[in-house]
Amino acid sequence: MDLPLLTALNEERAARRAAILVTDIATGTSRLVREAEAGSDPMAAEIAERLRTGKSGLVEAEGGARFLTVQVPPVRLVAIGAVHISQALAPMAKGLDLDVTVIDPRTAFATPERFPDVPVLAEWPDEALPKLGGLDRYTAVACLTHDPKIDDPALVAALRAECFYVGALGSRRTHAKRVERLTEAGFGEADIARIHAPIGLDIGAVSPAEIALSVLAEIVADLRRGRRRPS
Amino acid sequence: MLSSDRDILTEAEAWARSGRDVALATVVETWGSAPRPVGSHLVIDGAGNFLGSVSGGCVEGDVITEAMDVIGDGRPRMLEFGVADETAWRAGLSCGGRIRVYVEKVG
Repeated sequence: MDLPLLTALNEERAARRAAILVTDIATGTSRLVREAEAGSDPMAAEIAERLRTGKSGLVEAEGGARFLTVQVPPVRLVAIGAVHISQALAPMAKGLDLDVTVIDPRTAFATPERFPDVPVLAEWPDEALPKLGGLDRYTAVACLTHDPKIDDPALVAALRAECFYVGALGSRRTHAKRVERLTEAGFGEADIARIHAPIGLDIGAVSPAEIALSVLAEIVADLRRGRRRPS
Repeated sequence: MLSSDRDILTEAEAWARSGRDVALATVVETWGSAPRPVGSHLVIDGAGNFLGSVSGGCVEGDVITEAMDVIGDGRPRMLEFGVADETAWRAGLSCGGRIRVYVEKVG
């Protein structure tokens, strides 16, 4: 593989853009297909499917076998709220290889002392999210503050960016009010149905660590949806 | 945490930029209970240093040896390992799986 090609592939990853390296097994020559140009590629259908599943693999193509090294951006978790649950959530999420960032404009909560393992941004979501390069479909967003002033802007951004997971803490009553606000903001039923609320798999979680576990289990379940057994 | 395969490609680039001879091994096909999924990488330099994994340790030794030849002549190679292979005792997969590993030079 040419070094410039490897560099280009690594650049795509650093920019959180999906890309596929197509290698001709017989000759050893490779080419890079960026997500933006995937539609016009001779192998467009195969490439679209691979980008969706994120799976590398061998493909029989015209002129012989090609190996597709599929690279989708690392999965991120953005936790809104530097709260007690997030303190349990952050190290557990790191253990699952998620890139975790905690956002909370309340400076008393958002301190490195409370979150020694992960980046903490003491800012409003509208200010902090652009600094992360914005949200994308390889990002999970968990809103955990109970405060609509902080949670709602992040929820709106997560729905617009088609994040693969969107969850929001709060009782059914809290969520009913949230649905009203999002409806007024122009979101349809299908959009709103993508929010996991109450947040987390129903494992009867009580403690912050148990709630964090239920949230992470729900995130993994969405991430690996294609592998799950039909229920 | 284990290095992800993404980190390994970044490392492969850094090694090549620093002037080291580098080969990249990639799992391209698996059968049965192979220990590492398709797309897993192992990066090897000319001195035999390596990072990553194509089998969780079972066949890395052989892959590294082959990588030296790839670095030497620049030609990519396809390697196959498994219990059915004659190399089973030397470099087999104790889990009973079979894998194909593509080794190519970087640069």
